Amino acid sequence: MTIIKTNNLNLWYKKFHALLDVNIPIEKNSITSIIGPSGCGKSTLLRTLNRMNDLIEGIRMTGEILIENKNILLPGTDLVSLRKNVGMVFQRPNPFPLSVYKNITFGLEIHNIKSNDTLDNIVENSLKSVLLWDELKDKLKSHALNLTLEQQQRLCIARLIPVKPQILLMDEPCSALDPIATGRIEELMFELKKNYTIVVVTHNMAQAARVSDDTGFMLLGRLVEFNKTSKIFTNPEKKETEDYITGRYG
Amino acid sequence: MNFKQIKEFIIEKAIFLSGSLSIIFVILIFVFLIKEGALFFKYVPIKDFLTGTNWYPLSTPEQFGMLPLIMGSLLVTIGAMIISIPLGVACAFYIAEVVNPKLKDVLKTGVELLAAIPSVVIGFVGMVTLVPLVKNIFNLPTGLTALSGSIMLAFMAMPTIVSIAEDAITAVPRRYKEAALALGATHWQAMYKVIIVAAAPGIFAAVMLGVGRVIGETMAVMMITGNAAVIPHTFLQPVRTLTATIAAEMGEAIRGSNHYYALFVVGIILFIITFAINFIADVFLHRIKK
Repeated sequence: MTIIKTNNLNLWYKKFHALLDVNIPIEKNSITSIIGPSGCGKSTLLRTLNRMNDLIEGIRMTGEILIENKNILLPGTDLVSLRKNVGMVFQRPNPFPLSVYKNITFGLEIHNIKSNDTLDNIVENSLKSVLLWDELKDKLKSHALNLTLEQQQRLCIARLIPVKPQILLMDEPCSALDPIATGRIEELMFELKKNYTIVVVTHNMAQAARVSDDTGFMLLGRLVEFNKTSKIFTNPEKKETEDYITGRYG
Repeated sequence: MNFKQIKEFIIEKAIFLSGSLSIIFVILIFVFLIKEGALFFKYVPIKDFLTGTNWYPLSTPEQFGMLPLIMGSLLVTIGAMIISIPLGVACAFYIAEVVNPKLKDVLKTGVELLAAIPSVVIGFVGMVTLVPLVKNIFNLPTGLTALSGSIMLAFMAMPTIVSIAEDAITAVPRRYKEAALALGATHWQAMYKVIIVAAAPGIFAAVMLGVGRVIGETMAVMMITGNAAVIPHTFLQPVRTLTATIAAEMGEAIRGSNHYYALFVVGIILFIITFAINFIADVFLHRIKK
Protein backbone atom coordinates (compact mmCIF):
# COMPACT_ATOMS: atom_id res chain seq x y z
CA MET A 1 0.00 0.00 0.00
CA THR A 2 1.32 3.43 -0.92
CA ILE A 3 1.40 5.84 1.99
CA ILE A 4 3.21 8.78 0.38
CA LYS A 5 2.91 9.85 -3.21
CA THR A 6 4.15 12.98 -4.92
CA ASN A 7 2.58 14.21 -8.15
CA ASN A 8 4.68 16.48 -10.36
CA LEU A 9 6.37 18.04 -7.37
CA ASN A 10 8.41 21.11 -8.27
CA LEU A 11 10.38 23.27 -5.89
CA TRP A 12 12.27 26.54 -6.32
CA TYR A 13 14.73 28.18 -3.95
CA LYS A 14 14.25 31.75 -5.14
CA LYS A 15 15.27 31.35 -8.83
CA PHE A 16 16.92 27.94 -8.47
CA HIS A 17 14.77 25.05 -9.66
CA ALA A 18 15.69 22.37 -7.12
CA LEU A 19 13.08 19.68 -7.76
CA LEU A 20 11.68 18.97 -11.22
CA ASP A 21 8.48 16.99 -11.66
CA VAL A 22 9.23 14.43 -8.99
CA ASN A 23 6.80 11.54 -8.84
CA ILE A 24 7.66 9.08 -6.12
CA PRO A 25 5.50 6.41 -4.51
CA ILE A 26 6.46 5.21 -1.04
CA GLU A 27 5.17 1.95 0.35
CA LYS A 28 3.87 1.57 3.86
CA ASN A 29 6.08 -0.32 6.31
CA SER A 30 9.02 -0.42 3.98
CA ILE A 31 12.34 1.35 3.79
CA THR A 32 12.77 3.59 0.78
CA SER A 33 16.15 5.10 0.15
CA ILE A 34 16.94 8.09 -2.00
CA ILE A 35 20.44 8.21 -3.40
CA GLY A 36 22.29 10.61 -5.65
CA PRO A 37 25.30 12.92 -5.73
CA SER A 38 25.55 16.01 -3.51
CA GLY A 39 23.20 18.78 -4.48
CA CYS A 40 20.87 16.53 -6.46
CA GLY A 41 17.91 17.52 -4.31
CA LYS A 42 17.51 14.37 -2.26
CA SER A 43 17.54 16.13 1.11
CA THR A 44 15.28 18.81 -0.29
CA LEU A 45 12.81 16.15 -1.38
CA LEU A 46 12.93 14.53 2.05
CA ARG A 47 12.35 17.85 3.80
CA THR A 48 9.28 18.61 1.70
CA LEU A 49 7.60 15.55 3.18
CA ASN A 50 7.27 17.20 6.61
CA ARG A 51 7.39 20.74 5.19
CA MET A 52 10.67 21.55 6.97
CA ASN A 53 11.68 23.53 3.91
CA ASP A 54 9.11 26.10 4.91
CA LEU A 55 11.73 27.51 7.29
CA ILE A 56 13.85 28.63 4.36
CA GLU A 57 13.02 31.93 2.83
CA GLY A 58 12.14 32.20 -0.83
CA ILE A 59 10.82 28.67 -1.24
CA ARG A 60 8.02 27.91 -3.69
CA MET A 61 6.39 24.58 -4.47
CA THR A 62 3.93 23.29 -7.03
CA GLY A 63 2.38 19.87 -7.49
CA GLU A 64 1.01 17.56 -4.84
CA ILE A 65 2.32 15.53 -1.95
CA LEU A 66 -0.27 13.02 -0.84
CA ILE A 67 0.19 11.46 2.55
CA GLU A 68 -2.61 8.98 3.14
CA ASN A 69 -4.39 10.70 0.27
CA LYS A 70 -4.25 14.14 1.84
CA ASN A 71 -2.37 16.83 -0.04
CA ILE A 72 -0.05 18.39 2.52
CA LEU A 73 0.88 21.28 0.25
CA LEU A 74 -2.60 22.77 0.44
CA PRO A 75 -2.73 26.08 2.28
CA GLY A 76 -4.15 25.59 5.75
CA THR A 77 -2.42 22.27 6.28
CA ASP A 78 -1.89 21.74 9.98
CA LEU A 79 1.89 21.55 10.23
CA VAL A 80 1.83 20.46 13.85
CA SER A 81 -0.18 17.33 13.16
CA LEU A 82 1.73 16.72 9.93
CA ARG A 83 5.03 16.72 11.79
CA LYS A 84 3.56 14.59 14.53
CA ASN A 85 2.75 12.02 11.90
CA VAL A 86 6.01 12.40 9.97
CA GLY A 87 9.00 12.34 12.30
CA MET A 88 12.48 13.34 11.25
CA VAL A 89 15.99 12.23 12.14
CA PHE A 90 18.74 14.60 11.11
CA GLN A 91 22.19 14.15 9.68
CA ARG A 92 23.90 15.42 12.78
CA PRO A 93 22.44 14.01 15.99
CA ASN A 94 20.52 16.86 17.59
CA PRO A 95 19.20 15.85 20.99
CA PHE A 96 17.92 18.75 23.04
CA PRO A 97 20.33 20.16 25.60
CA LEU A 98 18.26 18.52 28.33
CA SER A 99 18.36 15.20 30.19
CA VAL A 100 17.81 11.89 28.40
CA TYR A 101 14.47 11.59 30.15
CA LYS A 102 13.32 15.06 29.13
CA ASN A 103 14.32 14.47 25.54
CA ILE A 104 11.86 11.63 25.36
CA THR A 105 9.01 13.28 27.22
CA PHE A 106 9.41 16.44 25.12
CA GLY A 107 7.01 15.25 22.43
CA LEU A 108 4.37 14.35 24.99
CA GLU A 109 4.68 17.73 26.64
CA ILE A 110 4.39 19.85 23.53
CA HIS A 111 1.45 17.88 22.21
CA ASN A 112 -0.11 17.61 25.62
CA ILE A 113 -0.58 13.89 25.10
CA LYS A 114 -2.26 12.24 28.05
CA SER A 115 -1.55 8.58 28.31
CA ASN A 116 -2.67 5.84 30.62
CA ASP A 117 0.89 4.70 30.80
CA THR A 118 3.21 6.42 33.25
CA LEU A 119 5.95 8.67 31.89
CA ASP A 120 8.55 6.28 33.28
CA ASN A 121 7.07 3.43 31.27
CA ILE A 122 6.94 5.49 28.11
CA VAL A 123 10.57 6.48 28.51
CA GLU A 124 11.51 2.87 29.14
CA ASN A 125 9.61 1.55 26.13
CA SER A 126 10.93 4.25 23.83
CA LEU A 127 14.51 3.54 24.84
CA LYS A 128 13.92 -0.18 24.52
CA SER A 129 12.66 0.18 21.00
CA VAL A 130 15.92 1.83 19.97
CA LEU A 131 17.91 -0.68 22.04
CA LEU A 132 19.27 1.97 24.38
CA TRP A 133 17.54 0.98 27.58
CA ASP A 134 20.25 -1.30 28.93
CA GLU A 135 22.93 1.30 28.30
CA LEU A 136 21.06 4.28 29.68
CA LYS A 137 18.67 3.02 32.32
CA ASP A 138 20.94 4.37 35.07
CA LYS A 139 21.68 7.61 33.22
CA LEU A 140 18.20 8.92 32.56
CA LYS A 141 18.94 12.17 34.35
CA SER A 142 22.26 12.76 32.65
CA HIS A 143 22.65 15.39 29.98
CA ALA A 144 21.93 14.12 26.49
CA LEU A 145 24.93 15.90 25.01
CA ASN A 146 27.26 13.76 27.12
CA LEU A 147 26.24 10.59 25.26
CA THR A 148 28.23 9.13 22.39
CA LEU A 149 27.17 10.23 18.92
CA GLU A 150 25.57 6.89 18.23
CA GLN A 151 23.62 7.02 21.47
CA GLN A 152 22.57 10.57 20.63
CA GLN A 153 21.29 9.50 17.24
CA ARG A 154 19.37 6.61 18.79
CA LEU A 155 17.94 9.00 21.33
CA CYS A 156 16.80 11.25 18.49
CA ILE A 157 14.89 8.29 17.08
CA ALA A 158 13.59 7.31 20.52
CA ARG A 159 12.15 10.75 21.21
CA LEU A 160 9.93 10.41 18.12
CA ILE A 161 8.30 7.23 19.38
CA PRO A 162 5.98 8.62 22.09
CA VAL A 163 4.48 10.99 19.51
CA LYS A 164 3.49 7.90 17.48
CA PRO A 165 4.42 8.93 13.96
CA GLN A 166 3.70 6.61 11.05
CA ILE A 167 6.54 7.81 8.91
CA LEU A 168 10.19 8.38 9.80
CA LEU A 169 12.32 10.57 7.58
CA MET A 170 16.05 10.06 7.99
CA ASP A 171 18.46 12.52 6.46
CA GLU A 172 21.84 10.77 6.25
CA PRO A 173 21.33 9.36 9.73
CA CYS A 174 24.71 7.60 9.85
CA SER A 175 27.03 10.11 8.24
CA ALA A 176 28.37 11.29 11.60
CA LEU A 177 28.87 7.74 12.88
CA ASP A 178 31.63 5.17 12.59
CA PRO A 179 31.05 1.89 10.66
CA ILE A 180 30.14 -0.17 13.71
CA ALA A 181 27.62 2.36 14.94
CA THR A 182 26.30 2.62 11.37
CA GLY A 183 25.73 -1.13 11.26
CA ARG A 184 23.82 -0.97 14.51
CA ILE A 185 21.61 1.89 13.39
CA GLU A 186 20.86 -0.07 10.22
CA GLU A 187 19.79 -3.06 12.31
CA LEU A 188 17.57 -0.73 14.22
CA MET A 189 16.00 0.47 10.98
CA PHE A 190 15.07 -3.11 10.12
CA GLU A 191 13.53 -3.42 13.52
CA LEU A 192 11.55 -0.19 13.13
CA LYS A 193 10.26 -1.13 9.69
CA LYS A 194 7.65 -3.35 11.29
CA ASN A 195 5.87 -0.34 12.74
CA TYR A 196 6.99 2.60 10.66
CA THR A 197 7.46 3.65 7.08
CA ILE A 198 11.02 4.84 6.68
CA VAL A 199 12.40 7.15 4.02
CA VAL A 200 16.15 7.50 4.20
CA VAL A 201 18.42 9.81 2.26
CA THR A 202 21.92 8.48 1.99
CA HIS A 203 25.21 9.17 0.37
CA ASN A 204 26.28 5.68 1.04
CA MET A 205 25.18 3.38 -1.77
CA ALA A 206 26.14 0.26 0.11
CA GLN A 207 23.83 1.36 2.89
CA ALA A 208 20.96 1.88 0.46
CA ALA A 209 21.59 -1.57 -0.98
CA ARG A 210 21.70 -3.14 2.47
CA VAL A 211 18.70 -1.60 4.16
CA SER A 212 16.12 -0.51 1.64
CA ASP A 213 13.29 -2.20 -0.18
CA ASP A 214 12.90 0.50 -2.81
CA THR A 215 15.46 2.96 -4.09
CA GLY A 216 15.13 6.23 -5.96
CA PHE A 217 18.06 7.72 -7.80
CA MET A 218 18.10 11.49 -8.15
CA LEU A 219 20.23 13.70 -10.36
CA LEU A 220 20.02 17.48 -10.80
CA GLY A 221 16.60 17.71 -9.20
CA ARG A 222 15.01 14.88 -11.16
CA LEU A 223 14.03 11.46 -9.93
CA VAL A 224 15.85 9.55 -12.67
CA GLU A 225 14.84 6.09 -11.68
CA PHE A 226 12.74 4.48 -8.99
CA ASN A 227 12.48 0.75 -8.49
CA LYS A 228 13.02 -2.21 -6.21
CA THR A 229 16.44 -1.88 -4.61
CA SER A 230 17.59 -5.21 -6.00
CA LYS A 231 16.65 -4.10 -9.50
CA ILE A 232 18.38 -0.71 -9.23
CA PHE A 233 21.63 -2.16 -8.01
CA THR A 234 21.78 -5.14 -10.37
CA ASN A 235 20.03 -4.11 -13.51
CA PRO A 236 19.22 -0.40 -13.69
CA GLU A 237 17.20 0.81 -16.61
CA LYS A 238 18.83 4.19 -17.08
CA LYS A 239 22.39 4.84 -18.08
CA GLU A 240 22.86 7.62 -15.48
CA THR A 241 21.85 5.26 -12.71
CA GLU A 242 24.30 2.67 -13.86
CA ASP A 243 27.08 5.22 -14.12
CA TYR A 244 26.38 6.43 -10.60
CA ILE A 245 26.16 3.07 -8.89
CA THR A 246 29.26 1.84 -10.61
CA GLY A 247 31.06 4.92 -9.32
CA ARG A 248 31.68 6.81 -12.53
CA TYR A 249 30.62 10.05 -10.80
CA GLY A 250 29.15 11.28 -7.55
CA MET B 1 71.16 44.01 15.98
CA ASN B 2 70.23 45.67 12.77
CA PHE B 3 67.71 48.45 12.35
CA LYS B 4 64.81 46.14 11.54
CA GLN B 5 65.28 44.13 14.69
CA ILE B 6 65.46 47.24 16.83
CA LYS B 7 62.27 48.47 15.27
CA GLU B 8 60.54 45.16 15.96
CA PHE B 9 61.80 45.24 19.53
CA ILE B 10 60.48 48.72 20.16
CA ILE B 11 57.09 48.02 18.64
CA GLU B 12 56.72 44.82 20.59
CA LYS B 13 57.53 46.51 23.88
CA ALA B 14 55.26 49.44 23.11
CA ILE B 15 52.31 47.13 22.50
CA PHE B 16 53.12 45.17 25.64
CA LEU B 17 53.19 48.39 27.62
CA SER B 18 49.82 49.58 26.32
CA GLY B 19 48.31 46.18 27.08
CA SER B 20 49.67 46.11 30.61
CA LEU B 21 48.65 49.68 31.35
CA SER B 22 44.94 48.91 31.62
CA ILE B 23 45.66 46.27 34.24
CA ILE B 24 48.08 48.54 36.05
CA PHE B 25 45.46 51.28 36.19
CA VAL B 26 42.91 48.96 37.76
CA ILE B 27 45.42 47.84 40.35
CA LEU B 28 46.51 51.40 41.09
CA ILE B 29 42.94 52.56 41.56
CA PHE B 30 42.21 49.67 43.86
CA VAL B 31 45.39 50.24 45.89
CA PHE B 32 44.58 53.93 46.23
CA LEU B 33 41.02 53.18 47.37
CA ILE B 34 42.26 50.67 49.95
CA LYS B 35 44.97 53.02 51.17
CA GLU B 36 42.57 55.89 51.72
CA GLY B 37 39.73 53.73 52.98
CA ALA B 38 41.80 51.73 55.45
CA LEU B 39 42.51 54.83 57.54
CA PHE B 40 38.81 55.15 58.21
CA PHE B 41 38.67 51.98 60.26
CA LYS B 42 41.21 53.36 62.68
CA TYR B 43 38.48 55.64 64.00
CA VAL B 44 35.23 53.83 63.25
CA PRO B 45 34.66 50.11 63.88
CA ILE B 46 33.69 48.08 60.78
CA LYS B 47 30.57 46.81 62.50
CA ASP B 48 29.15 50.28 63.08
CA PHE B 49 29.88 51.16 59.52
CA LEU B 50 28.17 48.17 57.94
CA THR B 51 25.18 47.87 60.23
CA GLY B 52 24.61 51.41 61.45
CA THR B 53 21.29 52.85 60.35
CA ASN B 54 22.21 56.53 60.43
CA TRP B 55 24.32 58.27 57.85
CA TYR B 56 24.98 61.67 59.44
CA PRO B 57 28.52 62.52 58.41
CA LEU B 58 28.23 66.16 59.45
CA SER B 59 26.55 65.90 62.82
CA THR B 60 28.44 65.76 66.10
CA PRO B 61 29.27 63.08 66.84
CA GLU B 62 29.48 61.92 63.24
CA GLN B 63 27.58 58.76 62.33
CA PHE B 64 28.58 56.62 59.41
CA GLY B 65 25.95 53.88 59.25
CA MET B 66 26.00 52.63 55.69
CA LEU B 67 22.91 50.45 55.82
CA PRO B 68 20.54 53.08 54.37
CA LEU B 69 22.86 53.57 51.39
CA ILE B 70 23.23 49.85 50.74
CA MET B 71 19.48 49.39 51.04
CA GLY B 72 18.92 52.34 48.72
CA SER B 73 21.19 50.91 46.03
CA LEU B 74 19.68 47.48 46.49
CA LEU B 75 16.10 48.68 46.24
CA VAL B 76 16.68 50.76 43.13
CA THR B 77 18.59 47.90 41.51
CA ILE B 78 15.97 45.30 42.34
CA GLY B 79 13.24 47.55 40.99
CA ALA B 80 15.17 48.22 37.81
CA MET B 81 15.77 44.50 37.33
CA ILE B 82 12.13 43.60 37.88
CA ILE B 83 11.29 45.92 35.01
CA SER B 84 14.21 45.36 32.68
CA ILE B 85 14.75 41.58 32.86
CA PRO B 86 11.37 40.46 31.50
CA LEU B 87 11.25 43.36 29.06
CA GLY B 88 14.84 42.93 27.93
CA VAL B 89 14.73 39.15 27.53
CA ALA B 90 11.43 39.34 25.67
CA CYS B 91 12.87 42.04 23.43
CA ALA B 92 15.96 39.90 22.79
CA PHE B 93 13.76 36.95 21.80
CA TYR B 94 11.71 39.17 19.55
CA ILE B 95 14.80 40.49 17.77
CA ALA B 96 16.54 37.12 17.56
CA GLU B 97 13.63 34.88 16.67
CA VAL B 98 10.50 36.66 15.60
CA VAL B 99 11.11 39.83 13.69
CA ASN B 100 11.87 39.63 9.98
CA PRO B 101 15.55 40.00 9.08
CA LYS B 102 15.18 43.43 7.51
CA LEU B 103 13.77 44.98 10.65
CA LYS B 104 16.17 43.06 12.86
CA ASP B 105 19.18 45.26 12.20
CA VAL B 106 17.16 48.42 12.66
CA LEU B 107 15.83 47.23 16.00
CA LYS B 108 19.15 46.03 17.31
CA THR B 109 20.89 49.25 16.35
CA GLY B 110 18.06 51.20 17.93
CA VAL B 111 18.35 49.36 21.21
CA GLU B 112 22.11 49.75 21.25
CA LEU B 113 21.72 53.45 20.54
CA LEU B 114 19.83 53.69 23.81
CA ALA B 115 23.18 52.98 25.48
CA ALA B 116 24.63 56.06 23.85
CA ILE B 117 22.33 58.47 25.64
CA PRO B 118 24.33 60.20 28.40
CA SER B 119 23.00 59.31 31.82
CA VAL B 120 22.56 62.95 32.74
CA VAL B 121 20.13 63.29 29.85
CA ILE B 122 18.19 60.25 31.01
CA GLY B 123 18.12 61.75 34.51
CA PHE B 124 16.96 65.07 33.16
CA VAL B 125 14.20 63.56 31.04
CA GLY B 126 13.10 61.47 34.02
CA MET B 127 13.06 64.51 36.24
CA VAL B 128 10.71 66.52 34.06
CA THR B 129 8.45 63.72 32.82
CA LEU B 130 8.49 60.69 35.07
CA VAL B 131 8.88 62.34 38.46
CA PRO B 132 5.71 64.49 38.24
CA LEU B 133 3.86 61.47 36.82
CA VAL B 134 4.82 59.26 39.77
CA LYS B 135 3.92 62.05 42.15
CA ASN B 136 0.43 62.41 40.67
CA ILE B 137 -0.37 58.75 40.15
CA PHE B 138 0.49 57.70 43.69
CA ASN B 139 -0.50 61.00 45.22
CA LEU B 140 2.85 61.48 46.96
CA PRO B 141 4.47 64.54 48.47
CA THR B 142 7.34 64.05 46.03
CA GLY B 143 7.91 62.04 42.88
CA LEU B 144 11.62 61.67 43.65
CA THR B 145 11.39 58.04 44.72
CA ALA B 146 13.08 54.68 44.37
CA LEU B 147 10.41 53.78 41.83
CA SER B 148 11.33 56.68 39.54
CA GLY B 149 14.98 55.70 39.80
CA SER B 150 14.19 52.08 39.05
CA ILE B 151 12.20 52.95 35.95
CA MET B 152 14.88 55.21 34.50
CA LEU B 153 17.65 52.75 35.34
CA ALA B 154 15.68 49.98 33.68
CA PHE B 155 16.03 52.00 30.49
CA MET B 156 19.75 52.13 30.99
CA ALA B 157 20.09 48.41 31.66
CA MET B 158 17.95 47.45 28.65
CA PRO B 159 20.58 47.91 25.92
CA THR B 160 23.09 45.73 27.76
CA ILE B 161 20.56 43.01 28.51
CA VAL B 162 18.95 43.01 25.07
CA SER B 163 22.18 43.11 23.13
CA ILE B 164 23.99 40.35 25.01
CA ALA B 165 20.92 38.14 25.43
CA GLU B 166 20.17 38.50 21.73
CA ASP B 167 23.69 37.36 20.88
CA ALA B 168 23.25 34.36 23.14
CA ILE B 169 19.93 33.41 21.58
CA THR B 170 21.24 33.82 18.04
CA ALA B 171 24.23 31.64 18.94
CA VAL B 172 21.98 28.70 19.86
CA PRO B 173 22.62 26.08 17.17
CA ARG B 174 19.88 25.96 14.57
CA ARG B 175 19.61 22.22 14.92
CA TYR B 176 17.89 22.48 18.30
CA LYS B 177 15.16 24.59 16.83
CA GLU B 178 14.84 22.30 13.82
CA ALA B 179 14.59 19.29 16.09
CA ALA B 180 11.79 20.87 18.07
CA LEU B 181 9.87 21.99 14.99
CA ALA B 182 10.28 18.60 13.33
CA LEU B 183 8.66 17.04 16.39
CA GLY B 184 5.67 19.28 15.78
CA ALA B 185 6.47 22.00 18.30
CA THR B 186 5.14 25.45 17.57
CA HIS B 187 7.63 28.28 17.26
CA TRP B 188 6.70 29.48 20.73
CA GLN B 189 7.20 26.01 22.23
CA ALA B 190 10.58 25.72 20.54
CA MET B 191 11.55 29.06 22.07
CA TYR B 192 10.52 28.52 25.65
CA LYS B 193 11.30 24.83 25.93
CA VAL B 194 14.55 24.54 24.01
CA ILE B 195 16.11 27.80 22.90
CA ILE B 196 15.84 29.51 26.26
CA VAL B 197 17.46 26.52 27.97
CA ALA B 198 20.33 26.48 25.51
CA ALA B 199 20.80 30.25 25.78
CA ALA B 200 20.38 30.38 29.58
CA PRO B 201 24.04 30.99 30.53
CA GLY B 202 24.26 33.88 28.07
CA ILE B 203 20.98 35.37 29.22
CA PHE B 204 22.19 35.13 32.82
CA ALA B 205 25.42 36.90 31.90
CA ALA B 206 23.39 39.59 30.15
CA VAL B 207 21.33 40.12 33.28
CA MET B 208 24.44 40.30 35.48
CA LEU B 209 26.03 42.90 33.25
CA GLY B 210 22.76 44.82 33.35
CA VAL B 211 22.89 44.72 37.15
CA GLY B 212 26.47 45.95 37.07
CA ARG B 213 25.43 48.85 34.89
CA VAL B 214 22.59 49.79 37.23
CA ILE B 215 24.55 49.55 40.48
CA GLY B 216 27.34 51.71 39.14
CA GLU B 217 25.06 54.36 37.68
CA THR B 218 25.30 57.69 39.43
CA MET B 219 24.02 60.76 37.66
CA ALA B 220 20.51 59.65 36.78
CA VAL B 221 19.79 58.23 40.22
CA MET B 222 21.15 61.27 41.94
CA MET B 223 18.76 63.44 39.97
CA ILE B 224 15.58 61.45 40.49
CA THR B 225 15.70 59.39 43.66
CA GLY B 226 15.54 62.20 46.17
CA ASN B 227 18.78 61.33 48.00
CA ALA B 228 17.35 60.88 51.48
CA ALA B 229 19.64 58.60 53.44
CA VAL B 230 16.96 56.67 55.30
CA ILE B 231 16.24 52.97 55.18
CA PRO B 232 13.44 52.69 52.62
CA HIS B 233 10.36 50.59 53.31
CA THR B 234 8.60 50.94 49.96
CA PHE B 235 9.43 51.85 46.39
CA LEU B 236 7.53 55.09 46.85
CA GLN B 237 10.06 56.61 49.23
CA PRO B 238 13.11 58.67 48.37
CA VAL B 239 16.35 56.74 48.70
CA ARG B 240 20.02 57.46 48.41
CA THR B 241 22.36 55.10 46.64
CA LEU B 242 26.03 54.39 47.29
CA THR B 243 27.05 56.13 44.09
CA ALA B 244 24.99 59.25 44.65
CA THR B 245 26.45 59.58 48.14
CA ILE B 246 29.98 59.75 46.84
CA ALA B 247 29.09 62.12 44.05
CA ALA B 248 27.12 64.45 46.26
CA GLU B 249 29.43 64.57 49.26
CA MET B 250 32.93 64.24 47.93
CA GLY B 251 33.06 67.90 46.98
CA GLU B 252 32.32 69.14 50.45
CA ALA B 253 34.15 66.55 52.52
CA ILE B 254 37.27 67.97 54.07
CA ARG B 255 40.33 66.18 52.85
CA GLY B 256 41.70 63.94 55.58
CA SER B 257 38.51 63.98 57.65
CA ASN B 258 36.64 60.86 58.69
CA HIS B 259 33.93 61.80 56.24
CA TYR B 260 36.44 61.87 53.40
CA TYR B 261 37.74 58.41 54.27
CA ALA B 262 34.24 57.06 54.76
CA LEU B 263 33.42 57.96 51.17
CA PHE B 264 36.45 56.01 50.03
CA VAL B 265 35.16 52.96 51.87
CA VAL B 266 31.82 53.39 50.11
CA GLY B 267 33.84 53.40 46.90
CA ILE B 268 35.59 50.17 47.88
CA ILE B 269 32.28 48.49 48.57
CA LEU B 270 30.95 49.58 45.18
CA PHE B 271 34.11 48.39 43.50
CA ILE B 272 33.83 44.97 45.12
CA ILE B 273 30.16 44.63 44.15
CA THR B 274 30.67 45.55 40.51
CA PHE B 275 33.83 43.48 40.30
CA ALA B 276 31.98 40.42 41.62
CA ILE B 277 29.09 40.95 39.23
CA ASN B 278 31.30 41.38 36.20
CA PHE B 279 33.32 38.36 37.22
CA ILE B 280 30.21 36.18 37.46
CA ALA B 281 29.00 37.43 34.07
CA ASP B 282 32.38 36.65 32.59
CA VAL B 283 32.35 33.10 33.92
CA PHE B 284 28.98 32.50 32.28
CA LEU B 285 29.99 34.09 29.00
CA HIS B 286 33.02 31.81 28.85
CA ARG B 287 30.84 28.84 29.56
CA ILE B 288 28.94 29.52 26.32
CA LYS B 289 32.07 29.67 24.25
CA LYS B 290 33.01 26.14 25.23
